[in-house]
Amino acid sequence: MRFGLTEDQGLFGRSLRGFLADRLPLDALRRLAETGTGFDAELWRGLGELGLHGLLVPEEHGGAGLGMLDAALAAEALGYHAAPAPFAAALVMAVQAFRSAGDAEQQRQWLPRIAAGQARIGLGFAGLAGQTGRAALRLEGGRLSGALDGLMDGGEATHFLAYLADGRAALIEAGAPGVTATLRRSVDRTRALVDLDLAGAAPVALLQSSNDPLAAARRVRDAGRVMLAADTLGAAQNMLDRAVAYANERVQFGRVIGSFQGVKYMCADMATMLEPCRAMVWYAAYAQDAVPEEAAMVASHAKAHLAEVGREVARLATEVHGGMGFTDLLGLHHQFKRITFDRQALGGPERCRHDAAVAQGWVAA
Amino acid sequence: MDLTLTPKHRALREEVDAFIAAHRDAAPRPGGGRKRPDRKALDWQALLLKHGYFARTIPREYGGFGAPHDVIELAIIADAFSRAGISPGIHNQGISMLVPTLLEVGTEEQKRRWIGPTIRGETIWCQGYSEPGSGSDLAAAQTRAAVEDGHFVINGQKIWTSSAHFADMMFLLCRTEPDKSKHAGLSYLLLPMSAPGIEVRPLRTMTGRAEFNETFFTDVRVPVDQIVMGRGDGWHVANVTLKYERMLLGDPNKLQQRLEATRRMMEQPGADGARLLDRAEWRDRLLRLQGEVIAARNHNMRLLTETAEGVDSGLGRFIVKYHGTMLAHRLASLALDVMGSTGLLYEPQGEVAEDDPATTWQIDYMYDIGLIIGGGSSNIQKNIIGERGLGLPREPKAAVPAGRN
Repeated sequence: MRFGLTEDQGLFGRSLRGFLADRLPLDALRRLAETGTGFDAELWRGLGELGLHGLLVPEEHGGAGLGMLDAALAAEALGYHAAPAPFAAALVMAVQAFRSAGDAEQQRQWLPRIAAGQARIGLGFAGLAGQTGRAALRLEGGRLSGALDGLMDGGEATHFLAYLADGRAALIEAGAPGVTATLRRSVDRTRALVDLDLAGAAPVALLQSSNDPLAAARRVRDAGRVMLAADTLGAAQNMLDRAVAYANERVQFGRVIGSFQGVKYMCADMATMLEPCRAMVWYAAYAQDAVPEEAAMVASHAKAHLAEVGREVARLATEVHGGMGFTDLLGLHHQFKRITFDRQALGGPERCRHDAAVAQGWVAA
Repeated sequence: MDLTLTPKHRALREEVDAFIAAHRDAAPRPGGGRKRPDRKALDWQALLLKHGYFARTIPREYGGFGAPHDVIELAIIADAFSRAGISPGIHNQGISMLVPTLLEVGTEEQKRRWIGPTIRGETIWCQGYSEPGSGSDLAAAQTRAAVEDGHFVINGQKIWTSSAHFADMMFLLCRTEPDKSKHAGLSYLLLPMSAPGIEVRPLRTMTGRAEFNETFFTDVRVPVDQIVMGRGDGWHVANVTLKYERMLLGDPNKLQQRLEATRRMMEQPGADGARLLDRAEWRDRLLRLQGEVIAARNHNMRLLTETAEGVDSGLGRFIVKYHGTMLAHRLASLALDVMGSTGLLYEPQGEVAEDDPATTWQIDYMYDIGLIIGGGSSNIQKNIIGERGLGLPREPKAAVPAGRN
């Protein structure tokens, strides 16, 4: 009966952050971000060795069978270090998609491949989550045609999972005939977006086993929103930590600038906004597994609230660094852009709050 | 994270809901704490204590319910009362600040003597902290207490003593060791407001009422054993109390109550028959605040767990007062906007009767500024967050101009 992390979870978060700190010093991050694909084979392998690929995959399918809170801690660590690694879509939403709408055979076939790091699934949710861009797919005679923009984790993906407007999802091989995937580098060079143009592509699987496909799709959306909220929490915490460290070391007027109330209060304001977000993300993640009646509401609220707090922290932390914060030299902008990305993906805060209102019956969808 | 409701918890939730349904007519209007509890409030308090919905974890020998500490139980109870918009009992300085202070550092005799009547709402306390010359710089307090034949003899002045005009008792921070350094010269005394030599002058505030007072002490005599901890320990005890005061001021259950009350107003059709909750721009304002209240409540659950496990929350605790009071004011701001021009009607009833909703919201909206300033102003909170929470250096001392100190 407690509200907090277990010892194992604390250890898991710390060891993942340690690994990422080791693998992603600024020069390495700068190099990896140049491609803009949001993927690096070596980092991907390393994360697999730490168990990230199969984190949410049930043990019977070769995974660790852990929960959404464990996944949120991983997302937080990835955001903290702005890691160019597929996660929210490829390792959380995709698993959730198979578990909520895949039949037993599809789960048996695909979940072990996800857990092994072999299937890296870019995921397109577009219209269902309120993302902007094209979202017009037709499934006719078992063939998929049309356009879907803004797929997450799509750079170097082996497969794409494209959601239809009715909540069903089609899995397509990346290089299959009729599939044109255009990589769009985003302002966040650690994560790309992919635009799909399909002309009679043949899905390798159609996830349609749920008797309420839209509800199943919303669960996938909510899992993704919690991960993006956790990612922002990590990125914003990184920016705050660095602002505090900088304020403790930079000297002007013969004093470290952190002794000036003007600077101190910027740091205090960031901490005041951000600290309650930690518990909010924990609860939103936990609710996905354990509190079904609140899961949708708190997922959307966490996504929206972290987007607002993240934006403030991103600005204030950059400001504390003065001109240096604006340069590429410190690399603070990687987290700044991470926060920028998280805000728009899977729906901006206004849309998320609207979904929270729908989830508690204040308004019709 | 384990928030699984056991059958015991489910039973408690049903029990509290049933209690509220059966007794809601007996409940006074939520809020208050700025007036002496009337008969209705005292009877309600007695009912809550009897059922363990108030002072649930305070030991029975001190007048509490004596239940073991369980974060979920406390959350279930708080949630049920805020959902129903029903008063969760009396929250005043004695109950929320002195009682936990005595539980932490008081003697057995002090606990047995003071906690019971205080939580029943019978004994009202006020706080003698600020002085005209020591507000944010609380440790600079100059009110003196000299020892003469077994008594402290108090002389000086306090200010912003809310509730002093109806309080029975005061906890007082005063200087008993003038030869010691600033922080080491203070003591924390307990004294009756009826003692000869105390004069209370009401201080009318922007609400039009006198919630605060100036309190003057002229040769006020208090037995030397009416002290919490020892002589010179006053700064330590005062900070224990401040810790609880700041938690009280940032209370997320109050935030939830306000959010729910505002939502209920927005669900009512206006003169044109339309509900504000159906309008996107109004709904989004409410939703933004709801997200923040959820964060505050989740954070509070985390702090309660850490407290129960003996973990010092540090930064997590330091932010509560600043975060909570600012959010409370924004909630009151939305409520005023929802009421619009009908919310401008303002007829405070003073001590005698309940205020109407519009007046209550206007008072809250203004009084919130007082709460943002009191208990350590937001600037003091940000110093604490920056220095103690984040490890930033203190502001260097500036020289005081000659002739001023």
